[in-house]
Amino acid sequence: MKAFTYERATSPEAAARAAGAQVNTRYIAGGTNLLDLMKIEVETPVHLVDINRLGLDRVEEGKDGGLKIGALVRNSDLAADPRVRERYPLLSRALLAGASGQLRNKATTGGNLLQRTRCYYFYDTSKPCNKRAPGSGCAAMEGFNRIHAIVGTSTQCIAAHPSDMAVAMRALDAVVHTVSPEGDTRHIPIAELHVLPGNTPQIETVLRPGELITAVTLPPPPKGVQVYRKVRDRASYAFALVSVAAIVDVAGGKIGDVRLAFGGIAPKPWRDEAIEQAIRGVSADDASLRAASAGLFADARGHGHNDFKIALARRTLGAVLAEAVS
Amino acid sequence: MSSSDERIFPARRDFLRSSAMVAAATGIAGSAVAYGAANAPDRHAPGTRTTQVRLTVNGQSHTLDVDTRVTLLDALREHIGLTGSKKGCDHGQCGACTVIVEGRRINACLTLAVMHDGESIVTVEGLAGNAALSPMQAAFVRHDGFQCGYCTPGQLCSATAMLEEVRAGMPSVVSADLAATPTLSAGEIRERMSGNICRCSAYPNIVAAIKDAAGVDA
Repeated sequence: MKAFTYERATSPEAAARAAGAQVNTRYIAGGTNLLDLMKIEVETPVHLVDINRLGLDRVEEGKDGGLKIGALVRNSDLAADPRVRERYPLLSRALLAGASGQLRNKATTGGNLLQRTRCYYFYDTSKPCNKRAPGSGCAAMEGFNRIHAIVGTSTQCIAAHPSDMAVAMRALDAVVHTVSPEGDTRHIPIAELHVLPGNTPQIETVLRPGELITAVTLPPPPKGVQVYRKVRDRASYAFALVSVAAIVDVAGGKIGDVRLAFGGIAPKPWRDEAIEQAIRGVSADDASLRAASAGLFADARGHGHNDFKIALARRTLGAVLAEAVS
Repeated sequence: MSSSDERIFPARRDFLRSSAMVAAATGIAGSAVAYGAANAPDRHAPGTRTTQVRLTVNGQSHTLDVDTRVTLLDALREHIGLTGSKKGCDHGQCGACTVIVEGRRINACLTLAVMHDGESIVTVEGLAGNAALSPMQAAFVRHDGFQCGYCTPGQLCSATAMLEEVRAGMPSVVSADLAATPTLSAGEIRERMSGNICRCSAYPNIVAAIKDAAGVDA
């Protein structure tokens, strides 16, 4: 690990000022991803701003019937919050499906959104990686790419976003609140927070240098049954191969409003209006939903080892929809 | 289930309020090392790469001068000399380093000592009181919940805090009803303990030990 200086911020505004004052500064919250990357020197900050004691660790009722989640609310606390369990079970399930008990006790809401990919080659500093070392190439394209993305990729990068929580928040249309080093605040719809790799896979979000996530707000829960399903190589403590967050409303025997977000298959929490459109109006029975799902993801492209994810995404979606209407 | 141990969980967390954990008195008279409060404002000043950290470990106060890079695990093992907490993977994947910080189990390898200034930590050395094994330790012995023993300190700290999470009503991903008060089963124990790997695969006995310590019928 490279040497760094450390300071504990006293307010969100002071934290953002401190982060904006020096290049290559990182915020540290739970630290479970950042320190992992610092140990292998994929991340080499010269300065850390500790944001753990800023009072951003509360879940509050929103004025509109939604919730305001402080950026420092731990994943375990958010999953266990009675309001989340009752009104946003999708989010609670997604959080509990991620990592381990120990990690959820540390990992934070803001940090979870900003966690880096688990692409092996991003971690392996002896291999080319356009995300870690722009312009060096992508070892995953011709390498072991079983865990990699099948949609939203580019010729530069096929890494998948690893979060479960963010997938549920994408289905819930969460909004990310930030403060800048200049003290300006803004509200970013989660759909716009993460960006696709394109030719600049090192840029993963629209956040500007030093911009600090202070909270995430959830609108009131939409009508419908909420389901989160995660398919992975082992039953617990593993990243998703494919995950589906679904909010499904049935009207007159057919699918009405539906929101579908996917994890494990894209560089960002994935939601595709065309997929939702294709499911709307389908007869709300097991066979019809599985059949409708089987024709989706026509644009998906595998890279060899991850070809199976295309069929797995279709089948998982079909199974989730069938569960939602059962 | 037996009531929670006030030494290990000084302030039971309250999920209903989701309020910040506050450090509470442990009720054990520690041999407090003098701590210069006058120096406090400078400890985390920008520009320093070593820092003074005060940790209360198993009821005893320690003041350390550490490089900012020192993890909580290395502070415990190398600076304080408590080598019960083990370094397995050093990347948060195995759970051998699990300790209980302010009543919560965490991976000590994936956090910096400086981030825990002023906080209370319980390691495997602190589970037993007055030389008597804790109920969880005694259950691991009774059920032979280990082979080589390397993962055991982490298993013990994790299991002890895990039962507290269940007592606090925290659900898991295998809980059928998220809103219901969770009840421990073998499946719940396996899910909740998945962050602790045992390469000897003593899992059946570990699950049996935890069930026993929790007072759940086998």
